[in-house]
Amino acid sequence: MTHLHDDKIKLLEEKALEIRKSIIEALVEAKSGHTAGPLGMTDIFTAFYFHILKHDPKNPTWEERDRVVLSNGHICPVLYATMAHAGYFPVEELKTLRKFGTRLQGHPHREYLPMLETSSGPLGQGLSQAVGMALADRLDRGQNSNRTVYCFLGDGELNEGQIWEAMMLAGREKLHNLVAIVDRNNIQIDGFTENVMPLEPLSDKWRAFGWHVLEIDGHNMEAIVDAVDEARAIFEKPSVIIAHTIPGKGVEMFENDYKWHGNPPNQEQGANALAELRTLGGQIASEHE
Amino acid sequence: MTVPLNPKLFDTDVEQAPIRAGFGEGLVLAGRADERVVAMCCDLTESTKMDAFAKEFPKRFFEMGIMEQSSASVASGMAAMGKIPFVSSYAMFSPGRSWEQIRTNICYNDRPVKIAGSHAGVSVGPDGGTHQAIEDIAITRVMPNMVVVTPCDSIEAKKATLAMAKTNSPTYIRLAREKTPIITTEDTPFEIGKAQEFFRSANPKVGIIACGSLVYNAIMAGKELEAEGTGTIVLNIGTVKPMDRTAVIALAKECGAIVTVEEHQVAGGMGSAVAEILSVEHPTKMAFIGVQDLFGQSGTPLELIKHYGMDKDSIKVAVKKLS
Ligand SMILES: Cc1ncc(C[n+]2csc(CCOP(=O)(O)OP(=O)(O)O)c2C)c(N)n1
Ligand SMILES: [Mg+2]
Repeated sequence: MTHLHDDKIKLLEEKALEIRKSIIEALVEAKSGHTAGPLGMTDIFTAFYFHILKHDPKNPTWEERDRVVLSNGHICPVLYATMAHAGYFPVEELKTLRKFGTRLQGHPHREYLPMLETSSGPLGQGLSQAVGMALADRLDRGQNSNRTVYCFLGDGELNEGQIWEAMMLAGREKLHNLVAIVDRNNIQIDGFTENVMPLEPLSDKWRAFGWHVLEIDGHNMEAIVDAVDEARAIFEKPSVIIAHTIPGKGVEMFENDYKWHGNPPNQEQGANALAELRTLGGQIASEHE
Repeated sequence: MTVPLNPKLFDTDVEQAPIRAGFGEGLVLAGRADERVVAMCCDLTESTKMDAFAKEFPKRFFEMGIMEQSSASVASGMAAMGKIPFVSSYAMFSPGRSWEQIRTNICYNDRPVKIAGSHAGVSVGPDGGTHQAIEDIAITRVMPNMVVVTPCDSIEAKKATLAMAKTNSPTYIRLAREKTPIITTEDTPFEIGKAQEFFRSANPKVGIIACGSLVYNAIMAGKELEAEGTGTIVLNIGTVKPMDRTAVIALAKECGAIVTVEEHQVAGGMGSAVAEILSVEHPTKMAFIGVQDLFGQSGTPLELIKHYGMDKDSIKVAVKKLS
């Protein structure tokens, strides 16, 4: 992975815009599904699939690939849309999201889409699987393994006790080949995280469990890439990137409103959203122009 | 004797409501009737219909966050201090994820904790297989002390919720997400442990035992079969455990063949419970309508009910084979 130049940043931002459009189109078509989380995580997924990850969309079982565990499976529209744009399957297929017979199940199911590393939807179980992958990787490749295991988590998801069990184990094992990314968007279903079940001081908690902690603006491509670079350079601990994101990012109506956690836009809202998506209106094609 | 049912039951515009809505109404009534009733939810307060209780009794409602396992144990602790706790989430996570906590902290201690599992069955729809609990009857009925109720509509769910708040037993109530037809009326009797006859043709050849969201399909199948010359009796088994043995045995004796109908895995479900009784008391030919050892998937509720062979036509085929 190399440092980002301005033209690469612009390219990533344009990609993210395309992916946001695809997410909204897929949700409108599906008539159910999650809007806030996927739009909030689009910049990060774009940075991962178009710059950070060691992967080959044409050869998804490549042994040398990095592993991606989506623990908060409900944000799969962003995973599917990013994978489609990266070349794993046709972008057209996104229209089948959540429909009978689709490979793009409402929550990721490996039996339907074998190129996924795991199935998810029930919260709280991804980090443990990622720890298992990282332990196995170290067994096979030793301390200098070239593969990294990335695990995406929701912030509300951190309510689940199993996450903290996995955090403890990763800390004890000093799994430097493991990087967790927390979508710190401050919402879950019943409201704002700090009202439902306060998480703060969140960085201190991860640190206390033996993790190297990075906090970033999850919409800043440079910050995302730099954070992963730093995480991979830390040799004595697992790293967590707490990514501050705006749920529903890109469409004002969706932003920062927990009501959009699990609702899709209808036809009209979708059309408005597509029209509004920032760059479309020519407002900020890219912050790096 | 058939019990009184919704007079519009056979009309195409029969009223519909989600079974979980009746739970929400019943919980409020239970809360008014007994101040020991408390409620806890795992970040799904609206979905599981606990919101009305939370609004009316804010001090007796506890937002647990996404912590299904801990919630079961917390509820056990509250019950130990004299409360009657209701815990809700999706059935997949409670009792699914919290099974061993329920077994050890609640059933092993015989505490009157009430587990409300919403979004049971494949009719959850587009969320897909991870969210479709089709094992919950099996994993709850297998625990000693546990009572398992499976209301067939929102009105029965309301009565069941009220009734379970009054018992000292650990109880699981199975709820569904989608709107389904209203089968019963406020006057239809409900008692935990009692099955009821919902439909009867002259000269019945097959007894259909159904529970929960599929009771409607069973009645519709019975009605059509009658017109086609095959008589049936449809028994609504509102309580899977303890099962109304007398009613089940009497039905088997009268009809000579039994089809069970449930939106659940065939393995370990209500039909298995019926078979456990009949194979000992009155061995009877049976057929089982339910999910045949498969996971659910995304789709509309109707597509999925048909795909997994739980629609009216599949019931009719099973009945005809046995008649
Ligand atoms: C074990 C489990 N319990 C409950 C749910 C239902 N559920 C899905 S998403 C969600 C909220 C998750 O919050 P967060 O991780 O912050 O995701 P966000 O709303 O930000 O997308 C809940 C409770 C679930 N999927 N799994
Ligand atoms: Mg969140």
